[in-house]
Amino acid sequence: MSAAADLPEIEIAGLRKQYGDAAVVLESIDLSIAKREFISLIGPSGCGKSTILKLIAGLASPTSGTIRVDGMTPLGARETISFVFQDATLLPWRTVQQNIGLGLELEGAAKARREEETARLLELVGLKHVAASYPRELSGGMKMRVSIARALATNPKLMLLDEPFAALDEMTRDRLNEEILRLRTEQNWTAVFVTHSVPEAVFLSDRIVVLAPNPGRIHAEFRVDLPEPRTSALRSRPEFDAVASRVAHSLRETLRP
Amino acid sequence: MKQRAITALNALVVFAALVLLWQLVVWIFRVPPFMLPAPWAVVRAFGGRLPSLLNSLAITAEESAGGLAASVVVGVLVALVFAQSRWVRKMLYPYTLLLQTVPIIAIAPLIIMWMGAGIPAVTLIAFIISLAPIIANTTQGLISVDENLVHLFLMHNASSRQVLFKLRLPHAVPDLFVGIRIASGIAVIGAITGELFAGSGRVGEGGLGYSILYASSQLQTDYLFALVLAATVLGFGFLFLVMFLEWYFLHRWHESARAPEAE
Repeated sequence: MSAAADLPEIEIAGLRKQYGDAAVVLESIDLSIAKREFISLIGPSGCGKSTILKLIAGLASPTSGTIRVDGMTPLGARETISFVFQDATLLPWRTVQQNIGLGLELEGAAKARREEETARLLELVGLKHVAASYPRELSGGMKMRVSIARALATNPKLMLLDEPFAALDEMTRDRLNEEILRLRTEQNWTAVFVTHSVPEAVFLSDRIVVLAPNPGRIHAEFRVDLPEPRTSALRSRPEFDAVASRVAHSLRETLRP
Repeated sequence: MKQRAITALNALVVFAALVLLWQLVVWIFRVPPFMLPAPWAVVRAFGGRLPSLLNSLAITAEESAGGLAASVVVGVLVALVFAQSRWVRKMLYPYTLLLQTVPIIAIAPLIIMWMGAGIPAVTLIAFIISLAPIIANTTQGLISVDENLVHLFLMHNASSRQVLFKLRLPHAVPDLFVGIRIASGIAVIGAITGELFAGSGRVGEGGLGYSILYASSQLQTDYLFALVLAATVLGFGFLFLVMFLEWYFLHRWHESARAPEAE
């Protein structure tokens, strides 16, 4: 047990990914992510950041190199992983509550447990009043909340989030950023978060990995030592801006030929 | 609601104008009744021979409904096979195209020769002609599921059964209804076409197609018109029934089935 606790949550070594004979998507990626760490992957389009998530999830397999999740293969660890997609990917024929219960249902949880768990999550993400509504009746921000609640329902140890707030307006995005940190204090999962937004990455992360394109590779890493708990006030602090401008500068470097 | 009433009123006014025009043409050009009966004569023929007309209508309705129901069941099953792999689709899809392009008028006599005239043969013809749109639309619905949704199911270790019954099938229901809507109209056409060739040897026991053939051979043009009217009403009835079912099953979650007032 103690050995397992010392293991990093994710260990990526010498990872390379190429689709057929097409251009190399990812080249020599080495990355170790500690348990309960919140890490953001940021980079220009085509740097392969979403591909890294898919590889960790076992939805694609590496051309060479290894990925270990909690010491297991991605497929072996799948029960402990939840994935949040860029679109809310809700099932339109199910109500909000039924959508949140989907993962539990697929994994064969008993009905009583499902109802208990979905009720708890509805409360947690503040969607109790729309439990019986269908997705088309919800705003974009609410749909994303349902999607996150669905991911949390199976009590994951690792959350993979692929630009979940990219399509939302800035105010909604900021609010959901705060909410995701609050939710994390309840369940204490590890997070790998893909984003285009520097302020979002700084606000959420313990560590930010900047990726460069053609082929996708790690360009720089930044540790974010900002005070916890992080609240909206943090965004107007000078330390916040200092980190953000360093990350933004690094991001610009990746685009230089 | 008011908008709807106005739309209905407009449709009624157009209908009245057409009937009036029809009556005027009969009066002014003194058209003989065996060429074009006056509207009132059609109504009289409709009322006067109501029992035999309703009987024909019931037979055709039974054949069309049987054929349509069978094509929904078989069509969905075939679509489920098609959805399994691209390879299966490529191998078998040309045959559904064949189903769609074969002239029903050409194969109806064949089927009647094989099965003998009667309700089963006509039902089979209605089934064949209405099958293709069900297969095509349902297959499309089954395979056009968002890739991320499939990934989501995989992340929760879903079995292929679960992916099929909890994701692909519900996703295909709106497409299935589009298929049924198209098929419902042509099932009636198929049944009537079948009856033109088969029907039944005895008056009063054949469907609308048979009665149409009989009325035209006897130059009972007013009755012929009444029969055409009945066939149209049958087609409309089918379409409305399907549209109601579509609304009933989809209105809570699907955009296409939204009531017009809600917009």
